[in-house]
Amino acid sequence: MAIFLNADSKVIVQGMTGSEGMKHTTRMLASGTNIVGGVNPKKAGTTVDFPGGQQVPVFGSVADAMAATGANVTVIFVPAAFTKSAVIEAVDAGIPLGVVITEGVAVKDTAEFYNYAKDKGSTRLIGPNCPGLISPGLSNAGIIPADISGPGRIGLVSKSGTLTYQMMFELRDFGFSTGVGIGGDPIIGTTHIDCLKAFEEDPDTDAIVMIGEIGGDAEERAAAYIAEHVTKPVVGYVAGFTAPEGKTMGHAGAIVSGSSGTAQAKKEALEAAGVKVGKTPSETAALMREIMQNLGK
Amino acid sequence: MDLYEYQARDIFEAHGVPVLAGEIARTPQEAQAAAERVGAKSGGVVVVKAQVKTGGRGKAGGVKVVKSPEAAAEAAEAILGMDIKGHTVKTVMIAQGAKIAEEYYVSFLLDRANRAYLAMCSKEGGMDIETLAVERPEALAKVAVDPNVGIDEAKAQEIVDAAGFDDADKPALANVIRKLWDVYKAEDATLVEVNPLVKTEDGQIVALDGKVSIDENSSFRHPEHEVYVDHSKTDPLEVLAIERHLNYVKLDGCVGIIGNGAGLVMSTLDVVAYAGEEFTMADGTHPKPANFLDIGGGANAEVMANGLDIIFEDAQVKAVFVNVFGGITACDAVADGIVKAYDILASHGKSPKPLVVRLDGNNAEKGREILDGAKLPLLERVDTMDGAARRVAELAAQH
Repeated sequence: MAIFLNADSKVIVQGMTGSEGMKHTTRMLASGTNIVGGVNPKKAGTTVDFPGGQQVPVFGSVADAMAATGANVTVIFVPAAFTKSAVIEAVDAGIPLGVVITEGVAVKDTAEFYNYAKDKGSTRLIGPNCPGLISPGLSNAGIIPADISGPGRIGLVSKSGTLTYQMMFELRDFGFSTGVGIGGDPIIGTTHIDCLKAFEEDPDTDAIVMIGEIGGDAEERAAAYIAEHVTKPVVGYVAGFTAPEGKTMGHAGAIVSGSSGTAQAKKEALEAAGVKVGKTPSETAALMREIMQNLGK
Repeated sequence: MDLYEYQARDIFEAHGVPVLAGEIARTPQEAQAAAERVGAKSGGVVVVKAQVKTGGRGKAGGVKVVKSPEAAAEAAEAILGMDIKGHTVKTVMIAQGAKIAEEYYVSFLLDRANRAYLAMCSKEGGMDIETLAVERPEALAKVAVDPNVGIDEAKAQEIVDAAGFDDADKPALANVIRKLWDVYKAEDATLVEVNPLVKTEDGQIVALDGKVSIDENSSFRHPEHEVYVDHSKTDPLEVLAIERHLNYVKLDGCVGIIGNGAGLVMSTLDVVAYAGEEFTMADGTHPKPANFLDIGGGANAEVMANGLDIIFEDAQVKAVFVNVFGGITACDAVADGIVKAYDILASHGKSPKPLVVRLDGNNAEKGREILDGAKLPLLERVDTMDGAARRVAELAAQH
């Protein structure tokens, strides 16, 4: 089954005709993703030929693309200055999943489009500033390299792109149901908790790897959620123990969270919730390996 | 990006937030001239305030109330050059004196947990607000703000009600709160904090001290914010890195670090620090990371050369760890980049330092073959992240 993305996902790409959009649409197609269209008002009605021989039609709007193709996922590569309007367009069209890859989006824009989507209630957003998500063998929406790992029964949720790749690579002999890169921006559409909930409910996921990093208190809240609601084994990794006092950590922010946002605090919160936390990515992978072996996988 | 108090004051004034007259000075002479102009409005009384991007300047002696332009010059003489928590004072603000009746607190900030904004307000300003939040949380009102609605008349009323102000003061305070909201929204701020917001003896509400942080990702629509970019305090290697568009942070250890992706580099710093605990250097300390350097996804030869160049420039660096996971980038391209980087550095007459390279992921085998074939001086290849971290810490301890 996987979470959020599966064999039935029909994917469109906003910003497909730009250089990043072309590069990654080519890669998504090569990994078997069902890309049914691109969106660019200036090139509506044209068709783009990809190196693998696929021809992808370009539509003038997300709504047009959905009407013509039944698309249910959009991957957004448009530049930061135009990301908010691209997301609002996708939300207005009612697409169920929007994956915002663009980095450098102003946090005010994210706060506005996230709350807009939340109020409309019909679109899940992932990102911004994220690598997207992959359900190996089924579909790949974003920039995660598809050849790192095949399908399997581990679920992964991570703030960091390269640590996602690293962890999927280390555990490639087991494989993954879905790997979700949620992004490291202060405000993101889908959180650790959203993914933990979905993995807990997914019959094809046996165990979960959760990767966090310094800043905010998302990991502490995820730990509380795990203690209450997650029965599947979870292993964790937190990056940034030796990072200097972050420039993005305003002192007023610490009042809101009521905790310091350090890696140590996150590790302790996760361990208190029964999560095994690795000291290094490899050690974390070894912890998961042990769990999967004990499950007889 | 944090702004100086005087920059916050100017932004407040531009958005109609009531502030007192203030001018900046970089010498005692400038301070004296400024005090003559500013003090004329307050019977000669001015406040000389150190401009530093850190708290606790009052306790450190960085704020002085004086009664004449001559005394302002003396105060400026004492404050300029002062070190406050590692920040050297290069500028003072000469602010008009005020007769304060009461001190309040107001701030707007990002609420990451709720993915919205938060307004905080208290009748008890002036003191350290973190202390107030811990000791008397009931005295600090917290009101959620919907990013798509903002602080309208009703929300401003809700904030002043929640803070428990006297009814007579509420309209003026609500008005100032809405003007401060204009600052937050129009300037793409991630923090606007006024502490204290004061009521003067003659009943005026004035923002006496302000802190503003601006979202650097909003620069595409705020070319005017360019003036706030502050290179004065930055490490020279960090300045060089900015010129070369590298994501670099100077740390104080001796193991240079290069990696691709912020999360992986952060993780690399940790793994090197753990490995370093096993080794002791001549001075009795353990090897630690010397920097954070993320060369991003597309690590071509030039980016690699620029990165290695900056790290070799760092006199503290004894050994270097290049940790690359080939995701989108193929490891053979990264290996080519390292080989070419050595050529570029050699052509600049620079000699290499001990270098440990770990390549894994996409085309790792090809990348490793390229490195082995190139036989670069002082370069070692270790194929696991933990093993490579251990080896680079060992090399740093030996050199």
